[in-house]
Amino acid sequence: MADNNEIKEVKLTAKDFATDQDVRWCPGCGDYSILAQVQRSFPDLVNVKKEDIVWISGIGCSSRFPYYMDTYGFHTIHGRAPAIATGVKISNPGLSVWVATGDGDLLSIGGNHFIHACRKNIDLKVLLFNNRIYGLTKGQYSPTSEKGKKTKTSPYGSVDFPFNPVSLALGAEATFVARCTDRDTKHMQQMIKRAADHKGIAFIEIFQNCVIFNDGAFDALTDKATKDDMLLYMEQGKPLLFGKNKEKGIKIDGAVPSVININENGNSINDVLVHDEFDLSPVRSTILAHLTDSTEFPTPLGVFRQIFRPTVDGEIERQIEEVTMKKGVGDLEKLLFSGNTWEVN
Amino acid sequence: MIKGKEFQNLTEVTVRFAGDSGDGMQLTGSQFSDTTAVWGNDLSTLPDYPAEIRAPSGTVYGVSGFQLHFGSMDVHTPGDRPDILVAMNPAAIRKNLPELKQGGIIIANTDAFDAKNLKLAKYDTNPLEDNSLLGFEVYPVPITSLTIKALENTKLSQKEISRCKNFFALGLMYWLYNRPLDQTIDWIKKKFKDKPEFIDANRNALIAGYNFGENTELFTIRYDVKPAQLPKGVYRSISGNEATALGCLAASVKSGLPLFLGSYPITPATEILQYLSNYKNFGVKTFQAEDEIAGITSAIGASFAGNLALTTTSGPGLALKSEALGLALMTELPLVVINVQRGGPSTGLPTKTEQADLLQAMYGRNGESPLAVIASSTPSDCFYMAFEAFRIAIKYMCPVILLTDGYLANGSEPWKIPHVNELPEIPVKFWTDKSTYQTYLRDEFLARPWAKPGTPGLEHRIGGLEKANITGAVSYDHDNHDLMVKLRDQKIKNIAKDIPDLVVDGDEEGELLVLGWGGTLGAITEAVIRLRKAGYKVSQAHLKYLNPMPANTEKVVRSFKKVLIPEINLGQLSKIIRSEFLIPVEQFNLVRGLPFKSMDIEEKIIDLLGGKI
Repeated sequence: MADNNEIKEVKLTAKDFATDQDVRWCPGCGDYSILAQVQRSFPDLVNVKKEDIVWISGIGCSSRFPYYMDTYGFHTIHGRAPAIATGVKISNPGLSVWVATGDGDLLSIGGNHFIHACRKNIDLKVLLFNNRIYGLTKGQYSPTSEKGKKTKTSPYGSVDFPFNPVSLALGAEATFVARCTDRDTKHMQQMIKRAADHKGIAFIEIFQNCVIFNDGAFDALTDKATKDDMLLYMEQGKPLLFGKNKEKGIKIDGAVPSVININENGNSINDVLVHDEFDLSPVRSTILAHLTDSTEFPTPLGVFRQIFRPTVDGEIERQIEEVTMKKGVGDLEKLLFSGNTWEVN
Repeated sequence: MIKGKEFQNLTEVTVRFAGDSGDGMQLTGSQFSDTTAVWGNDLSTLPDYPAEIRAPSGTVYGVSGFQLHFGSMDVHTPGDRPDILVAMNPAAIRKNLPELKQGGIIIANTDAFDAKNLKLAKYDTNPLEDNSLLGFEVYPVPITSLTIKALENTKLSQKEISRCKNFFALGLMYWLYNRPLDQTIDWIKKKFKDKPEFIDANRNALIAGYNFGENTELFTIRYDVKPAQLPKGVYRSISGNEATALGCLAASVKSGLPLFLGSYPITPATEILQYLSNYKNFGVKTFQAEDEIAGITSAIGASFAGNLALTTTSGPGLALKSEALGLALMTELPLVVINVQRGGPSTGLPTKTEQADLLQAMYGRNGESPLAVIASSTPSDCFYMAFEAFRIAIKYMCPVILLTDGYLANGSEPWKIPHVNELPEIPVKFWTDKSTYQTYLRDEFLARPWAKPGTPGLEHRIGGLEKANITGAVSYDHDNHDLMVKLRDQKIKNIAKDIPDLVVDGDEEGELLVLGWGGTLGAITEAVIRLRKAGYKVSQAHLKYLNPMPANTEKVVRSFKKVLIPEINLGQLSKIIRSEFLIPVEQFNLVRGLPFKSMDIEEKIIDLLGGKI
């Protein structure tokens, strides 16, 4: 038998995922970078066909995302993207379902859907474009805006305490939780591919700069002068080191984190916490999520946690199979005529 | 049979069981109904229970009732006034006596008429003893103590024994109306198959009640209600909610599409979710969502992904689903929304019936947002209308709201079961050709193509923003918006060519037409039949399609001098008929959380006819 019938798969490129639509974000918006990294990563996704990819979004600047991806896409209503995506995934589990959302869309109006999608571990990939501001409505504070922030609706400073999205996702039992920034493109691509490979809900918080209404919100994390001291790249199995020469590390005593210099005070690299994304206990990932509570700590980027738990979409399929095995394929005629029936002659 | 116990023939009887919400009255009533249905009577039922699961015992507001009307003729309603009341406590008498027919029968559980219960029911003296029930035929029966006596040899606790008293009452009623016990005994065996002691106890209580009737000198007459003349076929007793669930399932089988239900539990719609959760071996996927909005939006996602999509709810839930309904009609995706109407507004009367969501269904969304609205008119009709909702949704790529109500949902009637091969196919055509695909291309019905994710080459984007016709690209063009608003409207109007004409029962023109919609069909029919027999000239028509209405609706309503529209709301259909056809209509509105009594409608008709025959 000759093998010459074999069709060679043509590898797709980033361009294959671009649509003919003009991208209408403001010049310099962090969303461009996210779009570019998604388009660059998708050709590398294993076992995912282009026609099986679906992007679901809600309302907001971020939610225009599906229009710019040449995949199936649905720009829905405010806050409901996780619920609509849940319906897509459960009803058609063969699809690779992605959610593009913002801090207002996901954490304010859509908070309920988000926590339940996490809890149920629906096999969705959720990209949170977190710019800590309402952009499309032109500059009001969001659920991730820092307390005291002056915006059009908080002229004397916001009195709200913000959500920590990573902590929220961990608390809602998400099985994959990661963070990246719009500026570190390679790292974002890694996170996107990791999320794609995860079976279950994969949540990535992306720090995304809004050039118009909250410009510079993440400057300290992206400025060359400060970023080495401000960012902590977490890698599986490696000690949590940061600083220009990786001289600083995160140490945990009990549940209390501290920053140590591994070259000082008799410290060594052995005192530094070794990152374990797969730790079944949520304690250490939660401590890491809360490092941002204090300015003495760097901001962690990378995968906080990845655990494995059955997905609700998978469990529904499994139950259908099991019940069908047990009862046989449903027979409507039989069902209609079941129970207490009687005949009139 | 003991000498002196004679049978009296009746053509129809209305029975009401009433007691504490923990007394098992719903069970007793539904068992009596099932046995009566199999016995061959036509029947209609009305469960009426409080919103509290176990309201404080002995109180009037804690009374749970179950009424059924059965007969040897066609039965259209659960009966206006009961002929017989089984009262398990004083509160049951307090609550139900005003409804009982003059001269009606009361079977009272005397054991429950103690000082505490009398006080809770606000009786200073025992109504069984103070002559206040003069004019009724009262049978005092110590139901609790007779049950305890019958079960004295069981190992059950006193509490468990006394909970069997409803079966004693049921047994007595079976004796009185000459019904067999086997069906209920079979049910008991099934229900308690893992608890043999309960099988014996309940069965023995049932038989003891039956034998009590036979042996006591209290009762001298038994009643016989001969089977009704129903069309040939195999029947079962069906409630509206079960019929709805089966209709949705049938639509899945006949369309070849897997059914997806996204829903959040809400009275009185929850049962549809419960029933459909059982049909896993039909490939049905039920998703108990985090809230009403996730119920409908997950269904919209399922529709986008190429499934038969359904969400079920009741009034307050429909309000929460409004925005998402707009998305479904904007993106022109097939979706069925079933609203089991209950008393409103707000939380309202969760367990009671009403028809006050018609305007919400028709207009309750932002923007120009027409969609199809249809309504079931009897419990078994819910099967056919659920099926019909999916046919319309798929053919016209639009959301369809099916209105049922609490009365239809919980009420039951005998249903001549259709064979699956008698049901029409629901054709489904997914687009596959990429060379001709455009997202908002229109077919002859103005429907756009349904392209399922996973189909190579048809990758496309839809959303809530206005679309350019044909291409589906986001468009803010003024003329395009005007065109799309009108296209969406025309698409729904086109459905009128695809539904049956409004049928007039009686003369095609004349003095008075009674026009109804939804669950009031039975009460209107009974009133009209009775009045016609008495010589009145009155016709009847019933709308099952509210948007659009059948093409001949205007012709029908213009053929009568007067049109009477009875509704369990303040005149919502009346408003629509007036504004659509510019004709005056007469209203009849009672919003009591209960179905109409046919006698109320009769009175109104006689009044409108000026008493003229």
